[in-house]
Amino acid sequence: MTADVAVLGAGMHPWGKWGRSFVEYGTAAARAALADAGLEWRDIGSIVGADTVRGGYPGYVAGATFAKALGWQGARVASVYAACASGAQAVAAARAQILAGLADVVLVVGADAAPKGFFRPAGGDRPEDPDWLRFRLLGATNPTYFGLYARRRMAVFGDTPEDFALVKVKNAALGALNPYARYRKRVTAEEVAASQVVADPLRLLDICATSDGGAALVLSSLEFARRHGTARPVRIRAVSTVTPRYPSTVLDLPDIATDSAAAVEPAPETFRASIARAAYEEAGISPEELSLAEVYDLSTALELQWYEDLGLCAEGEAAKLLREGATAPGGRIPVNASGGLASFGEAVPAQAIAQVCELTWQLRNAAGDRQVTHARVGITANQGLFGHGSSVIAVR
Amino acid sequence: MSRTRTPAVDGWFTGEGDGFRLLGTRCAACASVFFPREDVHCRNPECAGGALEEIPLSRRGRIWSYTDSRYRPPSPYVSDPELPWEPYALVAVELESERIVVLGQAVPGITVADLAVGMEVEAVPGVLGEDTETTWTTWHWRPTGVTA
Repeated sequence: MTADVAVLGAGMHPWGKWGRSFVEYGTAAARAALADAGLEWRDIGSIVGADTVRGGYPGYVAGATFAKALGWQGARVASVYAACASGAQAVAAARAQILAGLADVVLVVGADAAPKGFFRPAGGDRPEDPDWLRFRLLGATNPTYFGLYARRRMAVFGDTPEDFALVKVKNAALGALNPYARYRKRVTAEEVAASQVVADPLRLLDICATSDGGAALVLSSLEFARRHGTARPVRIRAVSTVTPRYPSTVLDLPDIATDSAAAVEPAPETFRASIARAAYEEAGISPEELSLAEVYDLSTALELQWYEDLGLCAEGEAAKLLREGATAPGGRIPVNASGGLASFGEAVPAQAIAQVCELTWQLRNAAGDRQVTHARVGITANQGLFGHGSSVIAVR
Repeated sequence: MSRTRTPAVDGWFTGEGDGFRLLGTRCAACASVFFPREDVHCRNPECAGGALEEIPLSRRGRIWSYTDSRYRPPSPYVSDPELPWEPYALVAVELESERIVVLGQAVPGITVADLAVGMEVEAVPGVLGEDTETTWTTWHWRPTGVTA
């Protein structure tokens, strides 16, 4: 087991489509996290930025841009990009600095300003880039991959479009209670069923939007937290950032084919399941001990997939777990108490940080109307392009 | 003026009609198969690396999953913005002997209503698009019960 780091502060800029710069969202989130921690920016020895790809020189090389906006004060800087897992890798980098004794207190910031419509690859003619190729050769947008996974679940496990809609209904009701969510309206199953099909069998309301938003955390050593007078901080106990193992046999974005398992027998668990298992092992915690989970519901069907990959239920039983209400507020293991990506839309480099913000507020018993009772242990899970994924376990 | 038929991507498929095949590579040392082709070094982490030889993939496989694209995909997908968008099906196909899943568009005219997980399909030559001088060719998946 690895030592814990303390979460002294969490802050967010509301998600939306604000049409302003990512720098503004990230800086607002950073100031909110610093205020929450009761610290001044000049007290911070290190800043880690999660990069957006939508700002030239990946997010102006994010950590430094946020440091400049807050006012240069000489802090050590690092910046990371890991597709949808960028935010979690920023947390991982900050945690490593703290545990190595290189920094006492680190500010982690991620923010994005998303374009309208489908995410698309960078321009130009780049046939060596798998992300470019899947658009050029197949027109395979992100939602088409979500459609493939959803159809596969229907065929193999008997999930139905009604099950998928129920995920949206649950998450929209929670998002309605979250002042940082972009979508604050409850949604009915009928509204999901009446929305346009985007990638069969998934409809518009099954698929997460792309959003503007910013999230930040102030992390420190337990010793610094004690000196600072924070008696019982939320603590990060594990950050999993593992890669897949060859041969990876699930068709992941942006690939046109899986690895072949002709010569090498695949591992018994999928990449997604291995992300969670590594976090459980690092934390010395089992799925039964969880109070809540924040998972990457890029689509409604993917939320169900995570139930199984996190070990909340056996393979194929996610829809049953959902229908029983186990993952709803008041259930055995509430999932996406924040409202999830269904209510936020994805602001790529901020999203995995926002997941940890929600765990922090829940574990502090400060989540207001969406509070999970007796929250003691929380997990996040996330997956992105090119073999990236993450899972963070926090305790109090 | 007739257009030149040019593969939309180099070296991924060959042949016409019944002779059409997807092309991959196979490591001479460990027999790992790669599609899209790997020409530099074997990606099996347990393998020291052998020569990578071009091989044709199985022509037929079974549907792992399928979906469609109801909205016009963004560039670099090429479509005529003057014409109404015609959705097409996307099919992920499991090839039994290679133990690999390969994504592709279904042949025109096949919709998701015609497909099922487990259905047998075969790789056939297809057209991705045309411009003034070139017909860009690609691979399509076609249910084996259908003759075009």
